[in-house]
Amino acid sequence: MTRDEFSTIAYNGLWKQNTALAQLLGLCPLLAVSTNIVNGVMLALATIIVMALANVAVAMLRNLIPHEIRIPVFILIVAALVTVVDLLFNAQLHELYVVLGIFIPLIVTNCIVLARVEAFAAKNPPLNSTVDGIFMGLGLLWTLAVLGAMRELLGSGTLFSGIDMVFPSLSPIQVLPADYPGFLLGLLPPGAFILLGCMIAWKNWMDARAAERAKRRPPTPEAIADTAEAGA
Amino acid sequence: MMFAPAPYLLKDASVSRVMTMVCLALIPGITAYAWLVGPAILVQLVIASVTAIAAEAAMLKLRGKPLAMFLSDGSAIVTAWLIALTFPPLAPWWLVVTGTLFAIVIAKHLYGGLGQNPFNPAMVAFAACIVSFPALMSQWPSVGLQMPLLDQLNVILGLAPRVDALSGATPLDAMKTALKLGEGQVDIAHLLANQDIYGNFAGRGWEWVAVGYLLGGLWLWQRKLITWHAPLAFIGGMVLISGVLWLYQPASFASPLFHLLSGGTLLGAFFIITDPVSGCTTPRGKLIFGFCAGLLAYIIRVFGGFPDGVAFAVLLMNLSAPLIDQLTQPRIFGMKGKQS
Repeated sequence: MTRDEFSTIAYNGLWKQNTALAQLLGLCPLLAVSTNIVNGVMLALATIIVMALANVAVAMLRNLIPHEIRIPVFILIVAALVTVVDLLFNAQLHELYVVLGIFIPLIVTNCIVLARVEAFAAKNPPLNSTVDGIFMGLGLLWTLAVLGAMRELLGSGTLFSGIDMVFPSLSPIQVLPADYPGFLLGLLPPGAFILLGCMIAWKNWMDARAAERAKRRPPTPEAIADTAEAGA
Repeated sequence: MMFAPAPYLLKDASVSRVMTMVCLALIPGITAYAWLVGPAILVQLVIASVTAIAAEAAMLKLRGKPLAMFLSDGSAIVTAWLIALTFPPLAPWWLVVTGTLFAIVIAKHLYGGLGQNPFNPAMVAFAACIVSFPALMSQWPSVGLQMPLLDQLNVILGLAPRVDALSGATPLDAMKTALKLGEGQVDIAHLLANQDIYGNFAGRGWEWVAVGYLLGGLWLWQRKLITWHAPLAFIGGMVLISGVLWLYQPASFASPLFHLLSGGTLLGAFFIITDPVSGCTTPRGKLIFGFCAGLLAYIIRVFGGFPDGVAFAVLLMNLSAPLIDQLTQPRIFGMKGKQS
């Protein structure tokens, strides 16, 4: 894998094709679990593990899987991996496992995983596929972390609540004064929709600004030569 | 800017003139309200108006729109007044500010500003706040509570503790709770005999506020700023369902008159569902819109968990307004039969 390929995959996963902000995939866990940073980040980590492993597995088996039944085979592979992660969470982080509940097994049906397997891993070598899985997951991770932080701050005035379930020595931070009444809407699904909408608008605005700047920059000599050639 | 369909017989129906008349029409209701709970409501009106104008100016500036033209149209003031009138009069100041900001920034300008909002901004604010702060949004002052302006100001600004006398329920809510606790043993006639809460027809004192809104609404209709369709259909829908249930079981369902004069029924009928932007525009559409909103408001307020159902009913019908409008297109003059 060349350096160029790597940076393209990373840029796609983290920003350009961000699963939550551009592809709008897997909104169900995204909206249900992002009530605070810890839940969001831990679910994203579980998804990253599944995506990376599923992409490797499918990329290695891609020439052996009959085209007609590829989807059931993909699902079987993903389901096996999710079971591993599910048991891992249950054993190591039991309290968090109880909080996340059904959303860990539901990673099987998360469209992000199936979409990456189908769109990328089935056509690319294993190394590229692993990197793609990890970076798509990291894109999900930062979105969930930001969304979770905003919802937590609005809804209860804290940050990192539930961190003691992962690291027993740490405790949540009370950002706003303790008598903050809590804007409950932030914790409810409509609040998640509104905040996600704001984040998507922010991403589009950043992209539009970048495009504007690129247009205003004086064209490089090569580009001028290209257009002249095309014109001729 | 005109919003009426052809043939444009209405003269000088600029947005600012319409909004001014709507504000004028609210005055009888506000007067009765102020007489009932004291000057607190005026304080809330001022807080809401100032917030609305500031938020409107900030959003217009961000969106690069001409400030003077849009600020002077008065639509933000109408939204602010409706919010102040639907929130509890002694609510802390930040509750009204939050509601108004939500209405102007999210429900109005994020959707494209005046004329583009699919939902009534004031009702969005009410729904967002009652879902987020259910306790504060259901604390109404007990009727007959006489507090001087300074004490009321202190409560609103959070300088004085919120005492028990401030945390009554609305007559509607009180009746629903009493019926639920009574489990079929309590009948309505018995409850209405309690003259602390109930008056001649509905909630004591509140019934006159409702009459104030009715007067203002009739004036708006007489000045041809609103048509009769939506308000009459709304009242009809509510009277129909409450009348049927009342005739069926008068002991556990209040009379239609009680429901008409309680909660936000008349405010909703004349000032909220007649919103030309988020409501229906065709005459038949207005009838359907009003009727369904009346039914839904009754169902939500009697069988639901919230103190009143008008806000949620209006929001649900706002969602269906584009579809209703499309299905009730009037026949074009000079054309024969159905155009579809």
